[in-house]
Amino acid sequence: MAINIKNLPRKKFVLPGNAACPGCPESMGLRYVGMALGEKAILVIPAGCTSVIQGLAPGSGLGFPIVNVPFASSDAVAAGLAAAKEVVGEDAVIVVWAGDGGTADIGFATLSGAAERGDNVIHICADNEAYMNTGIQRSSLTPFGAWTTTTWTGKRERKKDVPLIMLMHRIPYVATASIAYPTDFIEKLRKAASIKGFKYIHLHAPCPVGWRFDPAKTVTVAKLAVQTGMWILFEAENGRIRLSPPSKPYADKSRRKSLEEYLKLQGRFKGITEEGIRALEKMVDENWETLLKLIEATS
Amino acid sequence: MAVRPLTGNYAVAWGARLSRVKVVAAYPITPQTTIVEKLAQFIESGEMDAKMIRVESEHSALAATFGAAAGGVRAFTATSSHGLMYMHEMLWWTAGARIPVVMAVATRTMGPPWNIWTDHSDIMGQRDTGWLVMMAEHNQEVLDMTIQMFKITEDPRVFLPGIVGLDAFILSHTTEPVDIPEQELVDSFLPPRRQPYVFKAGDPLIMGNIPSSLEENMKMRWDIHRSMEEAKKVIQKVDAEWERLTGRGYGGLTECYRCSDAQYLVAGIGAWVGDMREAVDYLREEFGVKIGVLKVRFVRPFPREDILKWASSVKAIAVFDRSVSPGSAGPLFLDIAAHLMASGTMLPIKDLLAGLTGVDVTYEDIANALLRFVSEVEEMGTVKQPIEWYFGR
Repeated sequence: MAINIKNLPRKKFVLPGNAACPGCPESMGLRYVGMALGEKAILVIPAGCTSVIQGLAPGSGLGFPIVNVPFASSDAVAAGLAAAKEVVGEDAVIVVWAGDGGTADIGFATLSGAAERGDNVIHICADNEAYMNTGIQRSSLTPFGAWTTTTWTGKRERKKDVPLIMLMHRIPYVATASIAYPTDFIEKLRKAASIKGFKYIHLHAPCPVGWRFDPAKTVTVAKLAVQTGMWILFEAENGRIRLSPPSKPYADKSRRKSLEEYLKLQGRFKGITEEGIRALEKMVDENWETLLKLIEATS
Repeated sequence: MAVRPLTGNYAVAWGARLSRVKVVAAYPITPQTTIVEKLAQFIESGEMDAKMIRVESEHSALAATFGAAAGGVRAFTATSSHGLMYMHEMLWWTAGARIPVVMAVATRTMGPPWNIWTDHSDIMGQRDTGWLVMMAEHNQEVLDMTIQMFKITEDPRVFLPGIVGLDAFILSHTTEPVDIPEQELVDSFLPPRRQPYVFKAGDPLIMGNIPSSLEENMKMRWDIHRSMEEAKKVIQKVDAEWERLTGRGYGGLTECYRCSDAQYLVAGIGAWVGDMREAVDYLREEFGVKIGVLKVRFVRPFPREDILKWASSVKAIAVFDRSVSPGSAGPLFLDIAAHLMASGTMLPIKDLLAGLTGVDVTYEDIANALLRFVSEVEEMGTVKQPIEWYFGR
């Protein structure tokens, strides 16, 4: 079921009065969540950029029911909420909207626990690749070579592969998405909402403030991440992995744009050396190789 | 009604079952574990219509309990010691969100070293979170209070979460005859779930975003404090109602044993209040000391008015604390001393720090310490050492 942007609900879930920075990818992502799930969504949000984006109490800049929760608790709160909704028989989609810290670092044990139990929750990791809300500190999802305020000479470690880790939890649905491909993301959200159990969607969300690029170029940068193969869009239903259409061409390395094209737009990679770029490129190749092998093995 | 031999932990499980809890989320820790084991058994056998979320940590245990309660159903968890400390952050969140839930705490000391025996370091460390905190003396009180705590916390004048504390092993794993009330009786006592708000799909309610006014934020803290004050009345009323239904009343926030003619008081919380009763009986019979036991049932809200009332006619008070704030004193002593002083009641008050880390304290120990305390006050009109560590005779 292809999604046509014209047929999506008109109701706005990201409202005037929100406190997002110019060019914020999270407010884009939240708009798509609204378009995909509409009135059914209840959001559980741990500490992070969206704690700020939603605006000041007693008002709200977002049109969803929102439970703000401590950092390491979101998937457990969502599990309880989902259990309660099952008890009362309410048709709600419980969504955790967490950043890379709330997903891959401080929130990771909670995420893994909920996934293993199969709690009826969609976890969306809005991945802006560092702790942006506290001022651009590195996370385990910051890519190799990137400057942050705790890695002044570039991060030495590679990005943790959370989607594959979640795949190995054998949950019914895992997908990656990008804010540059809204219909792909919306389709994935709707699919996830139709499946009972734990669903994981990893949304790539380039941050103009933290990545040091022009706020007008959020979508351009996000697209380049896909076109250079840095970010691969796929989905896995019951463990069967498929490349998503926007990423399909780039399984062929020769069709990928050069990594430099992606890196040069971002101030965070200003200090990366030629050697660093080659190392990053090798990581991209390895990620593709692993994924293509997994696709073959699970098809 | 049926009297059955129950451990304190099983009494908790029965209390949760009779309260028709709908979601239980918990992580095992000694000595709490048999509470969740029993609840899992109740649920799996179909005797209890609830969902069990077998979480991966205590932080998640309270997070899931909070989530379920925020979603509109009665929810319960239980923990001890390090588990309670691990979920400490969620205690603040649950109280701040004004979501009523009930938690049992089988009190256990803190490490290092690893030690599973009772003291009150864990539960007393939660005094500032905005939870109601009570400690039971025996297993019947454990069961009764688990049920009562739902009624108290879900009262619109309160709308705060609550802890039922029971000493590790002394209650948690010790079997006593316990009267298990009929389901119909509990149903007539406990109304359907009430809470200030429920998260529902399609209703864009938001909780916990950054406040536009810090004054409003401060007023939220103030409101928790005011609700604690209101909770005192609710606790009394709920206790009286329970007494009408079951014949078992506990005096509300405090009970004073042999206090009518008492010249001295010994104050304490939890299971060793039973030993204090014995010690007081012994001191009265053997030495003619006119002493009574001030059983402090609720640590939060703190029963200031009750304490002032009981203290008004005595010469001196000894407080037994099973935990300490190093560099200051025991928390029960600090609360009692502060509230007495603040109301202008000046009398000798002594803190006896005993039974920490699970050191056994018998009624003879208590009697021995009290005898020295009484003779000191008789001789000098005051206490030599207001804060004293008691390591046994």
